[in-house]
Amino acid sequence: MIREQEDVIIQTVCRIFIPFMQIYSLYVLAHGHGSPGGGFQGGCIFAASFVLMAIVYDLNEVKRRFAEKIVILFFSLGVFIFAGMGLLCLLLGGNFLDYGVLSTILPVDPVMARYYGIAAIETGVHITVMAIMVSIFLDLLTGGLHEKAVEEAYDRDNTQ
Amino acid sequence: MKKLLGIAIAIAALMVLLQGIKDLPPWGDPGQPASLHVSPRYIERAVGETGVPNFVTAVLADYRGYDTLFETAVIFTAGVAVLMLLRRSRP
Repeated sequence: MIREQEDVIIQTVCRIFIPFMQIYSLYVLAHGHGSPGGGFQGGCIFAASFVLMAIVYDLNEVKRRFAEKIVILFFSLGVFIFAGMGLLCLLLGGNFLDYGVLSTILPVDPVMARYYGIAAIETGVHITVMAIMVSIFLDLLTGGLHEKAVEEAYDRDNTQ
Repeated sequence: MKKLLGIAIAIAALMVLLQGIKDLPPWGDPGQPASLHVSPRYIERAVGETGVPNFVTAVLADYRGYDTLFETAVIFTAGVAVLMLLRRSRP
């Protein structure tokens, strides 16, 4: 799977398909308020687009677009956004994760503040799930090798 | 012999569980205890209190926010655990 695929049809179809998958993932996230969906599902769809990218192109293509350092940063960032929203509510004088008090800093009433608070934490969940799925996929694919070792293996494959 | 003992224990456990079934409320009964505690309040007020048209989301992210927070933390822990188990610097 480290070696590059050369099928033009598959590559072209996927080049068109992947952006739509990612937009659909954001739609599932944003539409979680009105229909089934939300952060967990949307994150999985987003991660699936990277999995497709790794299958159709190669691993380095994924690493070039979504470097491992950033993946690791992202999976802490999602939990940080979620817990940070809770902490923000605490600092504004409410209970932990009581989004109603966000109306003191947002120009909306408490009911809509809850709406936006839910949207924010769903975004955090989305980022964490997406990054974790990509991270686990990359680790399983490379057997947990660091980037440099994978590149060496890739060079060895190409020179043979 | 061991296998027969296992089967006997499984059948005995099945009998105990089947005994419990006859005391369960009818399926889908709105008057059952599980439906009388907090569910009516969620159904009646979730949309008005949170502005979210889908009250499953309201329950998931607002009323049960702690649950979702630690679900996310569990996924985070799983990712870090895979990273720690599989990571190595040379083949």
